[in-house]
Amino acid sequence: MKKSSSFEPHTAEIFNNRLKLVSLLVVFVFFALVFRLWYLQLIKGSEYRIKSENNRIRLQDIPPFRGMIFDRQGDLLVDNRPSYDMYIIPEDVQDKDKLLDNLGELADLDREQALQRLSAGRKYPFRPVLIKRDLGWPELARVETNLYNLPGVMIQVKPQRNYLFGKFASHVIGYLGEISETQLASGRYPDNKRGDLIGKYGVEMCWQKQLNGFRGGEQVEVDAAGRKLRVISRKPPVSGANIALTLDKDLQILAEECLNGKKGAVVALDPGTGEILAMASRPAFDPNLFIRGIDPKEWRRIVSSKDSPLQNRAIAGQYPPGSVFKIVVALAGLEEGILDPSEEVFCNGSYTVGRRSYRCWKRGGHGPMALHDALVQSCDVYFYKLGRRLGVDKIAEYAERLGLGHRPGFDLGMDKPGLIPTTRWKLKRWGIPWQPGETISTSIGQSYVLVTPLQMALMIAAIFNGGVLYQPQVIKWVGKDGRMIREFKPVLKRRLNAKPENLELIKYALVGVVNEPRGTGRRAKVKGITVAGKTGTAQVVTLEKEKIAKAGGEVPPEFRDHAWFVAVAPAEHPRLAIAVLVENGGHGGSAAAPIAGRLIEAYFTGKRVADAGTRPQQTGLTN
Amino acid sequence: MFDRRLLQNFDWILLLILAILAVISVLNLYSATYPIRESGGSQIFLKQIYWFIIGFAVLLVMTTFDYHLLERLAYPVYLVSIGLLILVFVVGDIRSGSQRWISLGGLAVQPSELAKLSMVLILAKFFNEQGQVYEYRLRDLWRPFLYMAVPAVLILKEPDLGTALVLVTVSFSMILFAKIKWRSFLILILSGIIAAPFIWINLKDYQQKRILTFLRPDMDPLGAGYHINQSKIAIGSGLFWGKGYLKGTQTRLHFLPEQHTDFAFSVLAEEWGFVGSVILLLLYFLLMLWGINIAKNSKDRFGTMIALGIVAIIFWQLVINVSMTTGLLPVVGIPLVMFSYGGSSTVSTMAGLGLLMNISMRRFMFQ
Repeated sequence: MKKSSSFEPHTAEIFNNRLKLVSLLVVFVFFALVFRLWYLQLIKGSEYRIKSENNRIRLQDIPPFRGMIFDRQGDLLVDNRPSYDMYIIPEDVQDKDKLLDNLGELADLDREQALQRLSAGRKYPFRPVLIKRDLGWPELARVETNLYNLPGVMIQVKPQRNYLFGKFASHVIGYLGEISETQLASGRYPDNKRGDLIGKYGVEMCWQKQLNGFRGGEQVEVDAAGRKLRVISRKPPVSGANIALTLDKDLQILAEECLNGKKGAVVALDPGTGEILAMASRPAFDPNLFIRGIDPKEWRRIVSSKDSPLQNRAIAGQYPPGSVFKIVVALAGLEEGILDPSEEVFCNGSYTVGRRSYRCWKRGGHGPMALHDALVQSCDVYFYKLGRRLGVDKIAEYAERLGLGHRPGFDLGMDKPGLIPTTRWKLKRWGIPWQPGETISTSIGQSYVLVTPLQMALMIAAIFNGGVLYQPQVIKWVGKDGRMIREFKPVLKRRLNAKPENLELIKYALVGVVNEPRGTGRRAKVKGITVAGKTGTAQVVTLEKEKIAKAGGEVPPEFRDHAWFVAVAPAEHPRLAIAVLVENGGHGGSAAAPIAGRLIEAYFTGKRVADAGTRPQQTGLTN
Repeated sequence: MFDRRLLQNFDWILLLILAILAVISVLNLYSATYPIRESGGSQIFLKQIYWFIIGFAVLLVMTTFDYHLLERLAYPVYLVSIGLLILVFVVGDIRSGSQRWISLGGLAVQPSELAKLSMVLILAKFFNEQGQVYEYRLRDLWRPFLYMAVPAVLILKEPDLGTALVLVTVSFSMILFAKIKWRSFLILILSGIIAAPFIWINLKDYQQKRILTFLRPDMDPLGAGYHINQSKIAIGSGLFWGKGYLKGTQTRLHFLPEQHTDFAFSVLAEEWGFVGSVILLLLYFLLMLWGINIAKNSKDRFGTMIALGIVAIIFWQLVINVSMTTGLLPVVGIPLVMFSYGGSSTVSTMAGLGLLMNISMRRFMFQ
């Protein structure tokens, strides 16, 4: 021990030198570390400070409530309801399979999809992964009560559009869909982000900006697990504006009921303002389907359907008007002064021009007819002759004065102009001159003439309201926080400028259509109210139908005629104008008039009428 | 029997530095585990106070006897520490994948901490016995290498890469200090380079991943790179004055992993900034320079070697830990001595510092 317990002098010196070296090394390392700290904290410090802020501060969106939609009386049609969405934070999940097993027992779960989403979310383990949207109440209750046992599972509430009555007025109200990339890029949706639902049709689309409101946001402090600890600052969202439609909920429901199982459209409007009280189009779609994320198969089925449920037939369905057009021809004759209303024309069942003969719908003929009877009984021969006398261009002039051949200017757009042929149009469109025979079929609303149900309703309204064509309106007001932002007043589009006595003659005849024993529209008659109207049967002209008819067989449904009925009530001081179209419904008098009658009765008496089919049948008259 | 000179020579400077470090450590641990959501709060800083009290007791005990006694005890201590390292595999607790702890009446003890000290003792004894020889060839050194290899391999098996690394670097420091021939040194370096791939393939997946991630931290920002990134953000965002005590958002919101153990330094750097971090580093370097001074003043080679070994333990752990938290080295689990939470580490470090004090007190004594 002794030999080694102390230094020999030279050894001590060597050790001392080395210890000096070690000290130098230690001091050097100290400065190296200080330099590193200086670099991190002073050179790069502000950069890291921002990173640390970004770490803890998350921006959370608060979607605004979309504005509600009411009917004209203030009855709620569309609002928002909470959607309880289930999320999983991948980082907090210990046993994925067990968790999904447990969840599967509590909620209806697409396990495949959940696994797929979870593995996609692994990249950002602190970010919640959406597992299921819109849990049902029982599911929600089961999941909520078991949350303590479901590590990583989280429920978040978001407002979701709620169409209270499903298919109700779906063509007017429209639907929502996820904003597309092109829409995002267009800059027209500054307040919307990827994944947002925006209006894609109807009121939802046209009033998107007002309904949408403004997104709010929160700066929240989160911990490393992404848990929200406190709100640092908050910008509240601004709810969208509310909109009231001019629709009358009850009338609309009844109109849709009347069309159930059929294809067609009903337009009912206020002849004094142009406000639309009911606008039904069938078949229809349920806008709720689009909200939950419609599956592609279902979407394709709707889009490619032969019945085109997405089309609003009331404004975009273009049909030949049939005998309803006789109103136009009659007015033209009277106004032009070439028609003496008391002059009688003999109908023997057909009218021959050159080698071709044009039949009246009544095979045996009506006998001698003056204007009143010709309208009441819808005598074709009378109007063939009157039409020939007028010429197609005069007819077209009055059709246009009654708003036909032009877009009526529906406030949601998508309205079609229909078609009123003229000699010039024929030449331009087809390169061949107008044929005299074409004037003959034009004068009973066939040949090239096309109109929409909306145009028909506006036209009949104009006849009865003193000759004013209003712009059709479906929005009554836009309001917010109980205040009216914008109220829509009637917009006068054009005046008919017809002589009142001529209009009176036509009005009187149209009252006769419904109320006289031989009138074609008697099934629209309502006790206690003077209904005026006009039937129409628009021929669906196809070769096959001709063949089948010649062979004496029964015409299959898709070749049957379209049934029209336009009506006004009460005739003395009109408050309701209606156009009914039933595609392939057959005769206007039997298929469309009862619907109009039922609507009028319900509107004025407030009582629902029994189904049109059960109303007493009247014999003899079909057109 | 009791020599009054011992009291006169008591190393108050060493004790003062230790006391300051202990206070800063407890304050920092309080902040690092300050409750944010959970009610009740953490008792970790309290536990660390107990560890410091035990540590100071051990430190005082380590000053009472003449350290030369340890020359005779070096082998038994070494054998006991090897025995404990083996025992870890038999009765050790497994925590987060590694088997490093032995439960002793409710206390979890890490034998690898004792291994570091016994390593210093046995190497000091070896080099002391060699006497005059001061230019070692490789073949003269097979015994120190064997002494080092046995515990190093055992610790690596636990697995505890960090502690094994410290053990090896401390041993090498002592061997280098004892002076090795330049040629032998070069051979060592070369064989190290050749051995590297074999060491690599024997590393655990996560260890490999940490090293890879260290090279490219942006590769996996929420996985293995997360630690480095968050630690750098914490330190960097402290700026010059820091965010203030108990106000470190990285810490508060648990972005910082292992914030009371391996990343305790980052907590301090975030809350006290450049000023606080440099002051802390300064304390450590004063401690080490003071330790080197004790080595220098020791009147025998055994004392010098022990003092140097203890300084080396502190030095390497500090350098590795701070380099790791500042992103200069891959993340290996090494606590910062006297600063991170941990009983075994604290007590064994203070035992070592007790020895340092023991040597310091006896620098003027002759036999």
